[in-house]
Amino acid sequence: MEKYLSVKKVNKHFGKFQALKDVNFDVKEGEFVCILGPSGCGKTTLLRVIAGLESQSEGEINQNNKNISQLPPDQRDFGIVFQSYALFPNLTVKNNISFGLKTRKQNRDAIDKRVDELLNLVGLSDHINKYSAQLSGGEQQRVALARALAPSPGLLLLDEPLSALDAKVRQHLRLEIKNLQRKLGVTTIMVTHDQEEALTMADRIILMNKGVIEQEGSPQDIYSKPTTAFSANFIGTTNLFKVKKISSNSIEIHGSILECDDDIKDDVSTVTIRPEDIKISDSENNQNIFTGTVKELEFLGSNIRGHIEVNFKSQTDIVICNFASEYIQYNNIQKDTQVNISLQPHAIKIVKD
Amino acid sequence: MKKSRDDYLTLFFISIIGIYIFIALAFPMYAILSKSFENKDGAFIGFENYQSYFENSSLVYSIYNSLFISIVTMVITISLAFVFAYALTKSRMAGKGMFRSIAMIPILVPSLLSGISLIYLFGKQGIFRELLMGYEIYGPIGIIIAEVFYTFPHALLIIVTALSIGDARLYEAAKVLRSKSIRTFFTVTLPSAKYGVISAAFVVFTLVITDFGIPKVIGGNYNVLAVDVYKQVIGQQNFEMGAVVSMVLVFPALIAFAVDRIVQRKQVAILTSRSVVHEPNESKTFDRVMFGYCSVISVLILTILGMCLYASLVTFWPYNLTLSLKNYQFDLMDGGGWDSYYNSIRMASYTAFFGTIVVFAGAYFVEKSRGLKTGRSILHLLSMMPMAIPGLVLGLAYIFFFNHPDNPLNFLYGTMAILVICTITHFYTVSHLTGLTSLKQIDNEFEHVSSSLKQPFYKTFFRVTVPISLPAIFEIGIYFFVNAMTTVSAVVFLYSSKTTLASVAVLNMDDAGDIAPAAAMGMMIFYTNAAVRIVYVIITKKILVRFQNWRTKTS
Repeated sequence: MEKYLSVKKVNKHFGKFQALKDVNFDVKEGEFVCILGPSGCGKTTLLRVIAGLESQSEGEINQNNKNISQLPPDQRDFGIVFQSYALFPNLTVKNNISFGLKTRKQNRDAIDKRVDELLNLVGLSDHINKYSAQLSGGEQQRVALARALAPSPGLLLLDEPLSALDAKVRQHLRLEIKNLQRKLGVTTIMVTHDQEEALTMADRIILMNKGVIEQEGSPQDIYSKPTTAFSANFIGTTNLFKVKKISSNSIEIHGSILECDDDIKDDVSTVTIRPEDIKISDSENNQNIFTGTVKELEFLGSNIRGHIEVNFKSQTDIVICNFASEYIQYNNIQKDTQVNISLQPHAIKIVKD
Repeated sequence: MKKSRDDYLTLFFISIIGIYIFIALAFPMYAILSKSFENKDGAFIGFENYQSYFENSSLVYSIYNSLFISIVTMVITISLAFVFAYALTKSRMAGKGMFRSIAMIPILVPSLLSGISLIYLFGKQGIFRELLMGYEIYGPIGIIIAEVFYTFPHALLIIVTALSIGDARLYEAAKVLRSKSIRTFFTVTLPSAKYGVISAAFVVFTLVITDFGIPKVIGGNYNVLAVDVYKQVIGQQNFEMGAVVSMVLVFPALIAFAVDRIVQRKQVAILTSRSVVHEPNESKTFDRVMFGYCSVISVLILTILGMCLYASLVTFWPYNLTLSLKNYQFDLMDGGGWDSYYNSIRMASYTAFFGTIVVFAGAYFVEKSRGLKTGRSILHLLSMMPMAIPGLVLGLAYIFFFNHPDNPLNFLYGTMAILVICTITHFYTVSHLTGLTSLKQIDNEFEHVSSSLKQPFYKTFFRVTVPISLPAIFEIGIYFFVNAMTTVSAVVFLYSSKTTLASVAVLNMDDAGDIAPAAAMGMMIFYTNAAVRIVYVIITKKILVRFQNWRTKTS
């Protein structure tokens, strides 16, 4: 697939504060990219720069082989949906959707047809003459989406589109937006702080922190192969340890030696171990076995998360691990129970600080 | 970033409004300032005028008088208005709507009407003159009573707003912590209303120190700054000294304005969108006391208005008390006759129409346009300035600027247009703030969505922004109309024989000794403003609701 949008070396300063530092990335045609990061990481600024609502201090943006860096928003080709929906409250659903169609010299029938088509697409045909105050949050969001899509823009920008909605509606709309995007094949960039949203919807995630891109890649890659401590910690839950190099495949944590599959290069580094990769071990045959005491059990529904105080050689440290609920019940594991856990070599991954 | 057509259009409109304010405010103010440094022949003489001003003890004494009147009025008005506002917001007494409406009456009449009324009540032939126990109503006592009447609604509005933002959650917290109601008052109510009260105090101070109608009518020999300006210009044709006194008058007004702006900014911080409106608890005794208090104040306000009404209908006070419409035969008196009244209606209508367009467009560009940060802040700053300029000073400044033979805008002098321009400018700031407040409540993303949909900004403006803002737009219009009907100070130097105004006629008839016709003309202004207000209420309640059905949840 072809490169549709490319952001090259974009910097943005607000006075002394630098909101974006040397941001580079490409978006392929038809791709769904999520810009993910904590609040204040610059993700919304980046989206606004792409839309032309904010001008970059340095750098270039190309869309469809055209340099759009200096164009005002009304000369760029995009549709946008905001967190607040920004539906015109005094216009009906129909007039909201047709708002962007009227200058295109289309006749009334063509406009009506397009509005019907879009309402069908978002499943709101019955609400054509309602005002936004008469719609639920989820319905308003879909109208906003239909309005943004009405002029068939080349690029769809979504700014935290789901964060104002209830959890259930949000889950439902996630799938719906994803399917719609796939059906229309419109190149989409969504900004979100919700990792679950990004993991479920995106073809590719661009993870941002403090104005820089920390990591980009498919949701699977970002989750299973985090390259930095920030990525590992921001997406999902994880254990991070400072380690010393012993050999190319063994490390030292708090005085204890562990085998690992990763190739160790630096003398001192950080490793991440996902809680679900940690097993309670009955046999002494497994590698990297440690004893510990259960300090806390958090009930998460299908899972139980244990905070275990592990006795490393020189000191104890808390390790978080996930267990199936039945396992905990069956083995009668409670607070202060002694357990053996195995930090398996393949689960130990080196990340950058 | 490359400029789009929208950006050029925005720049164009901002410039037009900016130029308008420059011509209507900045240049005239410069003219009056430089005039105060000139002699009669127009030569620059430095501080000589100021020197002779400060050597004239009777003129300087006016500064003391003005400050005295303003501070005493401020204390009385704020105390009275605070309790009234407290009753309206924190009690469950009956008749809140009625009390509120009565308290707003003074806004609908020219300030000097209360002076006239006091003359009938306590003057030499007044009904209750014995109540003064030998003291004279002509002088500080009369001025202060009349000024309290005139400033009461202005203070009330600000304090009511400040008290109603009190967050219910704080009251609940206080209750759960078993705080006594006195303690709650001092720890919750008062702090949240503090800035409102301070702001109201400065507004009252500015209104009084810059008002000249009341001291002119009832001040007797008690001189104040505002009257000095008038006397220097109209009485002695000493324009340079008028300019000097104007500058002395601007000084405290500017300080009050600056303090008010700083305080207002702090007020905003208290208001959060999550605040919950506080519903007062029922307390029979408290409600009765408050009802009694509000009744007393309302009776006093109605007495002052009622006295005027009665005086305007009495054939010849105090000798022939039969009622007639003789005093309404304005064409038989000085002051311009009925034409003044019709001129006032025309002037007020033009002011409302053009003023609303200019102000709302100005507020829109300040709040909603993209880019042009400097231009927008300059426009906002210019829009805030008129509030600091007393009307009398503005009017005098207009003489110096527009009547200058070299000014290409000289042709405006003596026309209806200059009255309209002056009045719009005089009342610009409050209207600007009304527009700004309403626009701030509209999602800024509307403009962004529109530009992403490739729509010009004016389409969004006319199809979305204006319809949503209709209530505020009407509010601005009515504010302009009512104030244009009652204002004296801004226009008293600017009317010509063809453009006499009703409010000025009140002043002139009173000056000529025709007090009853003056009261009658004042009442005409009241009837008109009251009618306009009532029509406005009907429009907002009935017609606007139909155009705004999108605000309701049900279809």
